[in-house]
Amino acid sequence: MPITFDRLKTTVAFGLAAMSAGIFYHTSASAQEEVNIYSYRAPELIKPLLDAFQKETGIKSNVVFASKGLAERIKAEGENSPADVLLTVDIGRLQGAEELGVTQPLNDPEINKHIPANLRDPDGNWFGLTTRARVIYASRDRVKQDKVTYEELADPKWKGRICTRSGQHVYSIGLIASMIAHHGEDETKKWLEAVRDNLARKPTGNDRAQVKAIFAGECDIALGNTYYMGKMQTNEKDPEQKEWAASVRILFPNSDDRGSHVNISGVALAKYAPHKENAIKLMEFLASPEAQSIYAAQNFEYPVLPGAKASERVQSWGNLKPDTVAIDQIGDLRKKASQLVDIVGFDNGPAN
Amino acid sequence: MLNTICCRVSLLLSAFHHRGERAIALLSILLTVIAVLPVLTVIYLAIGSAGDNWHHLLSSVLPQSVWATLQLLAGTSILILVIGVGCAWLVTMCRFPGRRLFDIALLLPLAVPTYIIAFSYVELFDYTGVIQSTLRAVMGFKTSRDYWFPEVRSMGGAIFVMGFVLYPYVYLSARASFIAQSACTLDVSRTLGASPLRLFFRVALPLARPAIAVGASLALMECLNDIGAVTFFGVKTLSFTVYDTWLNRSSLTGAAQIACVMLFVVLALIWLENHARRQQRFYQSNTSAGKALQGYTLRGVHKWLAMGFCALPILLGFGLPAILLLSRAIRRHEGLFNPALWQAAQNSLVLAIIGASCAIFVALALSYYRRTNPGPLSQFLGRLASIGYAVPGTILAVGILFPVAALDNSLANFFKLNFGISTGLILLGSGTALVYAYVVRFLAVTYGQLDSGFGKISPSLDMAAQTLGQSRFGIFRRVHVPLLSPVVSSACLLAFVECMKELPATLLLRPFNFESLATTVYTATAREAYEDAAMPALFIVLVGIIPVVMLARTTIRNYRDKTSSRSLMPSLATTRNPQMAQGQ
Repeated sequence: MPITFDRLKTTVAFGLAAMSAGIFYHTSASAQEEVNIYSYRAPELIKPLLDAFQKETGIKSNVVFASKGLAERIKAEGENSPADVLLTVDIGRLQGAEELGVTQPLNDPEINKHIPANLRDPDGNWFGLTTRARVIYASRDRVKQDKVTYEELADPKWKGRICTRSGQHVYSIGLIASMIAHHGEDETKKWLEAVRDNLARKPTGNDRAQVKAIFAGECDIALGNTYYMGKMQTNEKDPEQKEWAASVRILFPNSDDRGSHVNISGVALAKYAPHKENAIKLMEFLASPEAQSIYAAQNFEYPVLPGAKASERVQSWGNLKPDTVAIDQIGDLRKKASQLVDIVGFDNGPAN
Repeated sequence: MLNTICCRVSLLLSAFHHRGERAIALLSILLTVIAVLPVLTVIYLAIGSAGDNWHHLLSSVLPQSVWATLQLLAGTSILILVIGVGCAWLVTMCRFPGRRLFDIALLLPLAVPTYIIAFSYVELFDYTGVIQSTLRAVMGFKTSRDYWFPEVRSMGGAIFVMGFVLYPYVYLSARASFIAQSACTLDVSRTLGASPLRLFFRVALPLARPAIAVGASLALMECLNDIGAVTFFGVKTLSFTVYDTWLNRSSLTGAAQIACVMLFVVLALIWLENHARRQQRFYQSNTSAGKALQGYTLRGVHKWLAMGFCALPILLGFGLPAILLLSRAIRRHEGLFNPALWQAAQNSLVLAIIGASCAIFVALALSYYRRTNPGPLSQFLGRLASIGYAVPGTILAVGILFPVAALDNSLANFFKLNFGISTGLILLGSGTALVYAYVVRFLAVTYGQLDSGFGKISPSLDMAAQTLGQSRFGIFRRVHVPLLSPVVSSACLLAFVECMKELPATLLLRPFNFESLATTVYTATAREAYEDAAMPALFIVLVGIIPVVMLARTTIRNYRDKTSSRSLMPSLATTRNPQMAQGQ
């Protein structure tokens, strides 16, 4: 008798699974042209671009967003993977995908024409779409100087005045990696220790929280990406964020020498892209002047296309002179940077 | 003639009986293998070299993160035990105003995902939050340098949030256990002159220990695997190290190795706790069905203390965060009419119902097998099947990804070869992988509940029913099902709430263009737009409240059933059995 019951259970279980299949399974057999995107970038940020792409080409985009594991997903899915392109927010993920062997090289003259060589993989596995500068937010009331360098953050005059997010965050790691690229590991370690001891508090919170901390008077300068300034300045729903933004101004570090550190958001073509033609169309579109201006206007990022202008608001913050060190070199140094953060105990805050 | 026919029939029946037996055993083994496959995959991923990472991890990372994890777990266990057991005892054994209401409301924090509460507390307590703003306005301070205020982004903050979010697991199991402890035992103890405190510490608490251990281990595993809240508070736990090793040290192998070590430590602890009481068997008798527990009636200052003690966790674990979310959501009330939000709510609801039902069926099969075939094998299978809970979410999701994708690929190739149609990846493309992930992840919750539910039904009931001529199925249908039904519904609701809140697997394994409420919240926070997360977060809470209230009502009904004179099977109710048979 119990067998009947168990059979019943399995039947019901399979029925339920089949039901779920029916509910969520959208067949891809439709005539509509499609391109499938695995994205580490938040869907809201890429939506204006995808809408413009569909308007121009009629190709519909399907998106899966996750903050980690998408490259592993392509790897596991193998030859049947539905992914066409992978969008990322950081150089690390692009290289990670390349190392996992889930990308394919693309040598497209139009893309190569638009994207500067230092923001492309030499083998063509990925390229950058926007740059985001790691800048210094300074209190309007308490910081008088108009120029600053990353090296200067180690100066004892900043003692108890610096705020930043966790040293293990990808943005911090990018900056530390660029310091290693310019000064070597030992120098960077010393620098990192000195910056740690200048911190006003343990590194916590996101970039916006650092600006808030300046507004609160907890610290006088903070490291952050530029576009958060734009998001705060235009936040109509939570006008208090405008007040935070108004309490700070942006200083572009090292403008007089090598330039400010920039990281990229980028794109890679998936190894077994089933809609390869559409994927290449999308990648060409994202590198085009039209898409680049959307990035600049809506996301407050810096276009990678030489000649494409940043939005007026972004320009009002000052002129960005980007550090021209090759972005893949930054990627290669990420692991070292991450180790240095642990070794000096950066995230524990000031040692004395 | 007639005799031989009878003989034949009974032989046939016994053969069938054996076949049924074997079928259950096979099914249980099969389900266990399926449930444990992702964990095996994680172990497989851990094989290999993590490069020079271990040297670095051991010297600069692990000492700190192990220490942070221990602090977090220790602090959280103290909070959840004091709140969970304390409230359960007060609500069960004492009479004071609002007791009924507290009984339901104490479960409310279950409806809110930990990361949402963490976010709410940072909003409340940081510089621009209501509390500090008021303080500044009242005291005339200008900046944060004028006064001292505890930093909410800290270990203390993390313990606080974990404690007030996770205590319901302990409360739920302790409460069920206190209710089930027969009035007899407690009455006898009281007749023998035990004071309320002595009664609690010497009788009720030891009897409830297995249940409390189950509840606490669920809560602590959740705490151990949390990544959202700890990142928010800047606490570098082992889970944080796992993700860091994967993403920043570019070593999934190393990450899987740390996860495996964590898993073995968790299993060892559970084994120790079981081993420590292996000599004991706990059965709750049904003989006290006619007697209600005589509670202590609290008066004066005691009454107020009890009310305060029960009100505090509700206020901190649910009230304050819910008010904050509501106030943020009202600012964005037009978001309420966004069809994407309702689609996400529907997706969450459907997925959670399917996920919870599947988790219940698997748990029922495994616990029933253990019931009918007590022994090391069945016990081992049950334990093994529920270890998915002890692996950090996204790592487990990767562990699910590989076997599912492998199966998916062979299905796709099968269809291509035999029918010439390209189906693509059906399991991942349809969301079936998500259901699988929920079962793997929350089997511990459902199996734990059902197994302890079966454990409370004394085997003498089965024997009595058998003597009275009931078949196996008859026993199941007429004895187990009625006695288990409150447990099944509470396990089902708990699994439902868990599925609603689940994030890492949903995020990674979902089909294209698919959003649940949890992923909607997450995508907003990923853009650092916490304000936009308020409305979907409120939806999770609202949808979560319904099963939580139902859950509370089930336990109360269960309690009333116990204390009423209605008995389930009059013919069996007279069976007497020892309250606690030592060394069975």
